[in-house]
Amino acid sequence: MENKGLNKVDLIFEKIEPKEVLIKAFKMSSAEIIQNILDSGLKGRGGAGFPTGLKWKYTAAEKSSEKYIVCNADEGEPGTFKDREILERVSDKVHGGMAIAGKAIGAKMGIVYLRGEYRYMLLKLMIELDSFHKMIKEIGYDFNIEYRMGSGAYICGEESALFESIEGKRGEPRNKPPYPTVSGVFDKPTSINNVETLVTAMMIIQHGAKNFTQYGTKDSRGSKVFSVSGDTPTPGIFELELGMSVQQFVNVFGDGDTKAVQVGGASGFCVPRKKFAETIIGFEGVPTGGSMMLFNSSRSMYNVLHNYLDFFTEESCGQCTPCRVGCQQLLKGVEKVKKGEAKPTYLNELMKLADSMKIAAKCGLGQSVGNAFKSIVGNFREEIIY
Amino acid sequence: MYQVGNLVKELSDKHGRMRESLMPILQEIVQKHNYLTDEAMVEVARELDISAAEVYGTASFYTFLDTQEKGKYVIRICKTITCSMKGKSDIIHTLEDMLKIKVGETTTDKQFSLIETNCIGWCHKAPAILINEMPYTELTPEKVSTIIKDYMQK
Ligand SMILES: Cc1cc2nc3c(=O)[nH]c(=O)nc-3n(C[C@H](O)[C@H](O)[C@H](O)COP(=O)(O)O)c2cc1C
Ligand code: SF4
Ligand code: FES
Repeated sequence: MENKGLNKVDLIFEKIEPKEVLIKAFKMSSAEIIQNILDSGLKGRGGAGFPTGLKWKYTAAEKSSEKYIVCNADEGEPGTFKDREILERVSDKVHGGMAIAGKAIGAKMGIVYLRGEYRYMLLKLMIELDSFHKMIKEIGYDFNIEYRMGSGAYICGEESALFESIEGKRGEPRNKPPYPTVSGVFDKPTSINNVETLVTAMMIIQHGAKNFTQYGTKDSRGSKVFSVSGDTPTPGIFELELGMSVQQFVNVFGDGDTKAVQVGGASGFCVPRKKFAETIIGFEGVPTGGSMMLFNSSRSMYNVLHNYLDFFTEESCGQCTPCRVGCQQLLKGVEKVKKGEAKPTYLNELMKLADSMKIAAKCGLGQSVGNAFKSIVGNFREEIIY
Repeated sequence: MYQVGNLVKELSDKHGRMRESLMPILQEIVQKHNYLTDEAMVEVARELDISAAEVYGTASFYTFLDTQEKGKYVIRICKTITCSMKGKSDIIHTLEDMLKIKVGETTTDKQFSLIETNCIGWCHKAPAILINEMPYTELTPEKVSTIIKDYMQK
């Protein structure tokens, strides 16, 4: 596997003149913009990693007079705080990325879905959005952005739940297909992209796809913003080239006593010390929407697992049984094993339950509970039992 | 309890009377009054011409659209892993001592409510809380008691 080492990059927060990039983009045809994004190999930065160029291509191919660009700023994954920082520092690039995406797919309307926890930013964002709308008008382009707020529900980060929420309903995920590219918000063709994805796309138009592909690996092109927290002397937000190993990451961000790194948040994977060197952070190894939580040897991995399971039990929308009941059973199950009310072998049953959830749950929440569960129980079994 | 009076009508004029107007309307009522009364939800249902059950069903899905009475200042304490590791319990103890209530309760003068919440996106500056919309981060018991004293004087 390719290993690029740990290199800092300055793309997302780089100061640019958005107007110039937009003028350049609007001179391009929809197909040209999409080709640039396809060539760059950009994959979605919200976690799932779907190729952005393909998403735009599919949405562009739909025949509809009404299409939408939705910017996913729900950022509820524990340990993730980069989208907030991006919106605070370079909202003009978020809005710009949406307009470029709009041009690519043929949408005149954009909606930013901002989590309720970030409402304190709204006033400033509205002022910045105003100047953006003025600028777009000056260029002579027609594109309008609206903000919609969440109200404290992690599941609303899931794309179809997010659409339901924008439509004024309970944030319960829809069945797929149809996919958002065909029928998204208000049942119209929709490209939903993460905040960072949209900014990255704008920077690819600015610097060219070639410039972007020089960073990262075959499977994980470019750089991305990491949210670093936990037992680290330097918590914060860092833009790094993709393709480093967990070991290289820990060498820079660890406190000298790192026992495990949870990559990708509560729905991601736990990497134990003995696997640091062989594990690449990226789509070829452990993928991440940016959340990197470090734990040193003073931490109980039982507490970590319990905290994540508690999170999922609360945040499950309750719509489907495998997830609603499964989360509760996993949580109760580890509690029982810890208290000695169930035999340690009961953990094997719970591992099977986590597997069934992956197959039977309706959406990504229930499907990914097993990631943390299996990687923590699998690597730290003693800590769960004793 | 508060009286909604003309508020729902004003908000419906502002946000529209379509189904998609529901969230913005409920959110703005909560911004003003911190929770939704039955009266407010029935009024919203009437303005939008949908059933009150629909309004309640939607509101009850979202933790920030509280249907239980809440104080003027709603304090939400992050209980997710990083904040837990970095001293969330000390912050809770300080708040419970100062306000003489437990997590989940509201002070008798209806000034403060104390609730736990999941990750609010400030893990690098844990422990963190929200008071209404405002985040407060890198808290210590001393820091949080100064902040609360300020709110008490407001
Ligand atoms: C439970 C759940 C929560 C999610 N939360 C977010 C989120 O907060 N932000 C985000 O961008 N994507 C989130 N996603 C992924 C979205 O469904 C979707 O894949 C993403 O917004 C697409 O954008 P991208 O291709 O640019 O990454 C979540 C998915 C699930 C299953
Ligand atoms: S998997 Fe969980 S969150 Fe997703 S639809 Fe089912 S119950 Fe809801
Ligand atoms: S864990 Fe508390 S803000 Fe993220």
